[in-house]
Amino acid sequence: MSEVKIANYMMNFGPQHPAAHGVLRLVLELDGEVVERADPHIGLLHRGTEKLIEYKTYLQAVPYFDRLDYVSPMCQEHAFALAVESLLGLEVPARGKAIRVLFSEITRILNHLLNVTAHALDVGATTPMLWGFEEREKLMEFYEQVSGARMHAAYFRPGGVHQDMPAGMDAAIYAYCDRLLPVLDDIEDLLTENRIFKQRNVDVGVITPADAQDWGFSGVMLRGSGVAWDLRKSQPYDGYEKFDFDIPVGKNGDCYDRYLCRVEEMRQSVKIMRQVINALPGGPVSSVDRKVVPPHRGEMKTSMEALIHHFKLYTEGYKVPAGEVYTAVEAPKGEFAVYVVADGSNKPYKCKIRAPGFAHLQATDFMAKGTLLADAVSIVGSMDLVFGEVDR
Amino acid sequence: MGFLDRTGRTLFLAELASGMALTFRYMFKKRATVNYPYQKGPLSPRFRGEHALRRYPSGEERCIACKLCEAICPAQAITIEAEPRDDGSRRTTRYDIDMTKCIYCGFCQEACPVDAIVEGPNFEYSAETREELFYDKNKLLANGDRWEYEIARNLEADAPYR
Repeated sequence: MSEVKIANYMMNFGPQHPAAHGVLRLVLELDGEVVERADPHIGLLHRGTEKLIEYKTYLQAVPYFDRLDYVSPMCQEHAFALAVESLLGLEVPARGKAIRVLFSEITRILNHLLNVTAHALDVGATTPMLWGFEEREKLMEFYEQVSGARMHAAYFRPGGVHQDMPAGMDAAIYAYCDRLLPVLDDIEDLLTENRIFKQRNVDVGVITPADAQDWGFSGVMLRGSGVAWDLRKSQPYDGYEKFDFDIPVGKNGDCYDRYLCRVEEMRQSVKIMRQVINALPGGPVSSVDRKVVPPHRGEMKTSMEALIHHFKLYTEGYKVPAGEVYTAVEAPKGEFAVYVVADGSNKPYKCKIRAPGFAHLQATDFMAKGTLLADAVSIVGSMDLVFGEVDR
Repeated sequence: MGFLDRTGRTLFLAELASGMALTFRYMFKKRATVNYPYQKGPLSPRFRGEHALRRYPSGEERCIACKLCEAICPAQAITIEAEPRDDGSRRTTRYDIDMTKCIYCGFCQEACPVDAIVEGPNFEYSAETREELFYDKNKLLANGDRWEYEIARNLEADAPYR
């Protein structure tokens, strides 16, 4: 019998596949079950955020940042707020900074809870997802109590945060920290030693520290390979230098190490949250510069000057002096940054958004080549992709 | 010892058994879900839900057509037209919100100097057609009348922080 040449099989993974974490269309060239080439197609969730922001005032741009990575909204507002503050030379009061750190860490837990459990779901474990979502729901209640929305908060504004936390909420968050840790232990009990979970993740999607850096990785994807790089330590913002926490790093750079890093990061976030609440300063939560931050309602209704500021800020907005700035924050997924070019008007001339997921996604081919189809799912799951920020 | 321990655990499916025991224990925990249409989750006074236009206790509408909400709306969902009324006061002749455009950021209620437009506590206003979500002034005022008690209570509770 003569030898028959069989062409490789091309397979569409997504955009409607539940393990594609959103609208990823991954075109896989398969030789049997081995991935020969992985070609991620993006843009299905493109909304033109960067261009839209050029036509919005600095305040109006804030809600757009929630909608980039909709799993960790507040961290992205944080990057934009820091950028505008640095252009304006605006100082944020201590309480505003502390609340920002507190909610950044809540956001980190929100994100990692979803990623760890969704990753587990991708490789076959259903239960942790249900537990993770229960905890996420409780954390989103805190979101709702401070901002009025469970996800798209629009809470971190240039100058500070929008409103103070309701009375007693610091105690409620502190008490919640104690209830979260046992759930993390339970999730770990189910996954960490589980043989199926380990078989699907250990030595899958290995990336060396040098390769990870070459591909522009950041966050857990880089730390999983053993590079202790965390912007909260290397260039602390909003007072992260005051808090005592560790950066978990992996050893092998595989999906399993990245999972372990994420779980440990949640524990470290709880540690930071406790320190913030124990030393929560008083005072205003946002700058009192009335040329940038609108006055309180009571003041606005009694003082003519405050009313003028109110009208001015909610129509024209504030003018930001010409200049450009790149500010990065350690978002749960990695280095999230905005590059704002201001031309002295009330709108940004250009607002480039640096999304960590985009850099991670471009390495899909590099990481998935030569692995099995099932491992590609693990790799995509551990990359922690959210298409709101990849497609922007 | 380490080798024996590890082999024993592998052979007797130790981590699978303990995992099963853990999930089994969860069966006896308090249920986390709520029976939705009859039970609802908690909402804070700051919750940003369906819009409403409020009135003064006298029945006069609060909105003075300053158009701050229209100006700040990032999604440009609000359309306002205004002209002086017969008694000389400035009022809106048209106040439309396209609820399909709205992103529920809450900037309109922040901007409103007279607390006229608010995002109330109602989140159950789904509709079968798109047209039903283009709210006009009558619909918004009706919402205001319907939810006034809750809205006033929420505004009062949140007043120290605003």
